[in-house]
This record gives sequence, C-alpha cells and structure tokens, in this order.
Amino acid sequence: MLGYTIRRILQMVPVVIGATFIIYALTFLMPGDPVAALTGSRPLPESTVAQIRLAYHLDDPFLVQYGNYMLGLVQGNFGIDFFGRPVLGLILERLPVTFALAMTAWALKMVIGLAIGVYGGLRNGQAGDHFALVFTVIFLGIPGFVIALGAQTVFGVQLGWVDPAGIRAGWPLAFILPALVMAIEASAGLARLTRTSLVDVLRAEYLRTARAKGLSPRRVIWGHALRNAMIPVVTYLGLSLAGMLGGAVIIEAIFNIPGIGGLMVAAINNKEGTVVVGIATMLVLVYLLFNLFVDLLYGIIDPRVRI
Amino acid sequence: MSTTNPQNRAGEPADEVLLRVRDLEVEFNTSKGVATAVNGMNFEVRRGQALGILGESGSGKSVTARAIMGILDMPPAHIPRGEILLEGEDLLTITPRRHRQLVGSRVSMVFQDALTALNPVHPVGRQIGELYRVHRGYSRRDAKAAAIKMMDKVRIPAAASRVNDYPHQFSGGMRQRIVIAMALALDPVLLIADEPTTALDVTVQAQILELLKEQQEERNMGLILITHDISVVREVTDQVAVMYAGRIVEHGPTAEVLSRPGHPYSRGLAASIAGEELKGHRLPAIPGTPPDLLNLPVGCSFANRCPFGTAECLTAIPALESIDEARHSACFQTREVLAHAHA
Repeated sequence: MLGYTIRRILQMVPVVIGATFIIYALTFLMPGDPVAALTGSRPLPESTVAQIRLAYHLDDPFLVQYGNYMLGLVQGNFGIDFFGRPVLGLILERLPVTFALAMTAWALKMVIGLAIGVYGGLRNGQAGDHFALVFTVIFLGIPGFVIALGAQTVFGVQLGWVDPAGIRAGWPLAFILPALVMAIEASAGLARLTRTSLVDVLRAEYLRTARAKGLSPRRVIWGHALRNAMIPVVTYLGLSLAGMLGGAVIIEAIFNIPGIGGLMVAAINNKEGTVVVGIATMLVLVYLLFNLFVDLLYGIIDPRVRI
Repeated sequence: MSTTNPQNRAGEPADEVLLRVRDLEVEFNTSKGVATAVNGMNFEVRRGQALGILGESGSGKSVTARAIMGILDMPPAHIPRGEILLEGEDLLTITPRRHRQLVGSRVSMVFQDALTALNPVHPVGRQIGELYRVHRGYSRRDAKAAAIKMMDKVRIPAAASRVNDYPHQFSGGMRQRIVIAMALALDPVLLIADEPTTALDVTVQAQILELLKEQQEERNMGLILITHDISVVREVTDQVAVMYAGRIVEHGPTAEVLSRPGHPYSRGLAASIAGEELKGHRLPAIPGTPPDLLNLPVGCSFANRCPFGTAECLTAIPALESIDEARHSACFQTREVLAHAHA
C-alpha cells in the first residue's frame, strides 16, 4: 500500500509538469499586453514599461520564463502579481472560501444523489423509480445558472430566507443556497449512476445467495447490496469533488462569493500570467490528490483491486 | 465411499419424509407470454436419501430448486399451484419471517458458480459466520470460530489463516468448498445442490462430489442434486427424477433408471453417454429440440422427438404412473420402451 502510494505520488510529477506547461503556454499566448492592461487607456511611460517587463522577465523567451517559474514552484514560490503581492498568499486567502463552498455542495450532492439513486434502485420499475427519473431528467436539463439565478431571486430576494449574495453570514448560512444549487444540479448524474449500479447489483447471484441464507431484506440490502453498488459511485464521487472546485467559479460569480473563481477571472482579465498559472497549478494538485485518495479508498471498498 | 447407513442417528427413522413437493407449477411472465417452467412436479426426499434431478437446460430443474428455497424473482415468476412441504410446513404459505428461519438453516443450497455466488467484498469467514450470527445470535468472535471449524470440515487447508481472505483469493474448487461450508453451517436436514460441479474442472469435480456425498452420509441429510450430467447422478444419488419440459417423466432408483430406462427420453439420455463401445462412432443424440415453454403442446411434450410416439401421444398427456413398486414413468409406451432396453 505504501509503495503504491509513493509510486502514485511520483506519477503526479510528469502530470503537474505537463499541466502547468500547457496552462503557462496558454497564458503566454493570450492576446494583449499584460503591462498595457495594467492601466487601461492611460499609457505608462516607456521607461516604466521597460522596467516592469524586466522585473517580470516578460521579454525572456517562453521556455526560460517557464523554467524560471517551475524553479520557483518547486521551492514553494508561486511568484508575485503585478502589485508585488505573493500569488500563494492570494490563493490561500481565497481557497478556503471556495473549498467551503465546494465541500458543502459535494456533501449535499452526495446526500441528495445517493438518496434518490438508492430509492430509485430499490423501487426499480415502480412509481417511485419513475419519480426519481423525472426529477433527475429535469435537473439535468436545466442549465445551472438558471437554477442559480432562480434560487437567488426566490429564496434570497423574495422570501428573504438567506442573503441573496455575499458571505457575511458565514458558514453555513451564507453557503447553503449556492451549495444547494450546485448540489442539485450535480446530484442528478450521481442519482442515475447509483440507481443503475444498484439495479445491477440487485440482480447479482450473491444476492440470491444472501436470500438463500434466510437473511432479512434489510440485511440483504444493507449488508450485501449497497457496498457493491457503491464501487462505481465512489470513483465518481471522488472525481466530482475536484470538479466541484472548478464548477464553483460560476456560482461564486452569481452569489458574489470571494473565492478562487473570482480571483481567476480577474487574473485572466488582467493577463496576470503568474496568478492564472498559480491557481491552475493549485487546482491540478488538489485534483491529483483527490484522485489518489479515491484510488486508495477504492481498494478499501473493493478488495479485488486491493494492492 | 461407504454405503448409506439407514440408522445413522439414534431415533431418527431413515424413511422420514423431509420434503414433499406436490403439483408444483411455476410460470414466468415474459414479454411474449406466460412460460411454464415447472408444470406439475411431484416428488419426495427422505432422510438420508440422495435424489438426482436430471434434465437438460430449460427443463425446470433450477427453477424447482429456487422455488423450494424461495429465491425466485417474483415477478416475473409466480407459483399458481402447488405445495412445498418441508418437514410438514408448506414453504409457500408460511409467513416470510418463518420462511427466513427455515431457509438457510433447515434447508440450504449449494450454487453452481461459487465465484458469483459469494459476495466479492466480504471475507469468506464473515459470509459463513453470518449464518451463525443471524440464525443463532452468535457474537462476532464465536461466529468466526464456528466459520473456521466449518472451513476445516470441508477441508480448506489452513482455514484459520484464510478466514479473512476474500472469495477472489481462492481457487475454484476451494470457493465451492466455501459455498458448501455455508450451506452446511447450520446442519440442515436437506441440502439442494444446483449443478455444484458444472463450473469446475474434472479432477476438482470428483473431489467436490465426494465431499458432498461424504457430508450427506455423515449428517444423514436429504440431498437433492440437480445436474445435466448423468455420470454425476450415477455417482452420488440413490434415486433419480428425469425432468423434461417442466415435468418429471421418469422416477426411480438411479441404477435401474439409467440401465433400464422406462421413458423414451431417459432412454435417449442413457444412450448418449460416450463409452468405450462407441469409440469411432457418432455419439447418439436425441433428434429435435425441447418444446417452446410459452406454447406447450396439448399432448406429451416429448412426442415430437419420440421414436415410440403414437397418435395418442399427440392428444393426451401421459401421467406419471407406477411401473413397478419403486419406479414411475410418464409414457403411454413404457412397456414397449422397457422391452427395447439395451443390454
């Protein structure tokens, strides 16, 4: 297990290099000049521009710039933005907010998706199953921002149950509505997967064996069916946790939540390469760590893939 | 293998009827109509008796077993008629709670494919121990100890160190031994083995059959062995019921039925065994195919394939009638078939 974990961590190195390289190249290729973007329509004096370009190595060839960046990165240095603030500090200031939102959404999604999926799976082909199907299809069909704006208008503005925007109320109050919006949209897919997986497992021979042992229906379901049905679901859940971080960007914009999404959008507008790449690198790292976690968890749930 | 001792356990008469199946019918609702999988089964199993149910795929053997165990998927299956009396209690009418008490403890089952029959995510010891926990209220520790004892009994080497292993870590033969250990754990009076050796290679098959036979004799259990393999029936069973299209067509002592079949279908089966004398010849097969279960013929189901068929066979269903004190056959031409018996 330990050897496997170490191997998996080593495998991350080329992935991180590849991912940062692509992101770095994309920001490098972004149209427009970052220094010009700094001050908008008022041009800076030639000498200041040259100084900034020199300070930020903007005139170096692409590979040299990238090499310098990576050199800093392995030392834990994410670089500085155009205002001299360290990028790592910017990210760490915003990341907990996004994390709180994504985790809340993920937990809600897990509860909603699993509940509907298991319910539908156990009622396979009956009215309850059809109800679950209709629910999931509706929420798969409506675009996320429509649900978000609708929920904001109804619960935030008209009913006034929660603040329509901002995080002044703190966790959990300020996060419930945006997280619920994210969760409902994402839980549809989870519910479908859970339902299908459970229906498959319920047909398995070992469930026949369980019934032939004289076990109660409850024990057959909880003791023998659910854990097997969860094997594909866990993979999906783990991968989607990382996806939630990315998905938070739109929701953060709608609900005015000062998370990493807002920072990213601002950085792209300002063509601040170091910030964009820094955030992206951080997300890649988080994503890879979640992946590793899922794979290790997978082995615990399914002994057949245990290492 | 020793011969069956009719009085293995003091006070238990050897001829006590453990299971009596009466007029059992099982139908399946399919998109194309109602398929009759079991069509009026009647048989008994006595203490210490090994009954073979012999028949080809689709003849209703496994469906009968599942009906007894109460593990048919209903729907699509349903049982419009019949009784399944286990030690006098009708398994089809008792409460679900009582049914769960009997199944797994008084009557239990060995499945065809041990790999799919065992839950892949639970250690084998836990799967065996679960029976003790649920039926006898053992503690986790006691259940594990009992599971190890059971694994020893079915001769799984180093049982104590393998009790926490998972099904995929065992070989096919060892897995089947675990399924057998599970079936025997609560000392059932009746064991149903549904094609227990079909998924195994030939050398392992022999060991598993020997184990089943030995345990049956040691415990003086009733055994129902379901198979399409005549040699398995010959090796293990005292009585055989030959099934065709959901009915028993012939029933009697195994040796007699196989050597002197009284029904044309059993005759065809017996003739199809490859032996020394058939070397170099084409294997005799029964021509034609079994009837469509969705649309059973008015007369005898076997009539269209039968070399002895008469006009009567197409219009009436022959009843299972006694041909001598121990044997029954469902054929209008039984005398004729017996007269044509091969040496």
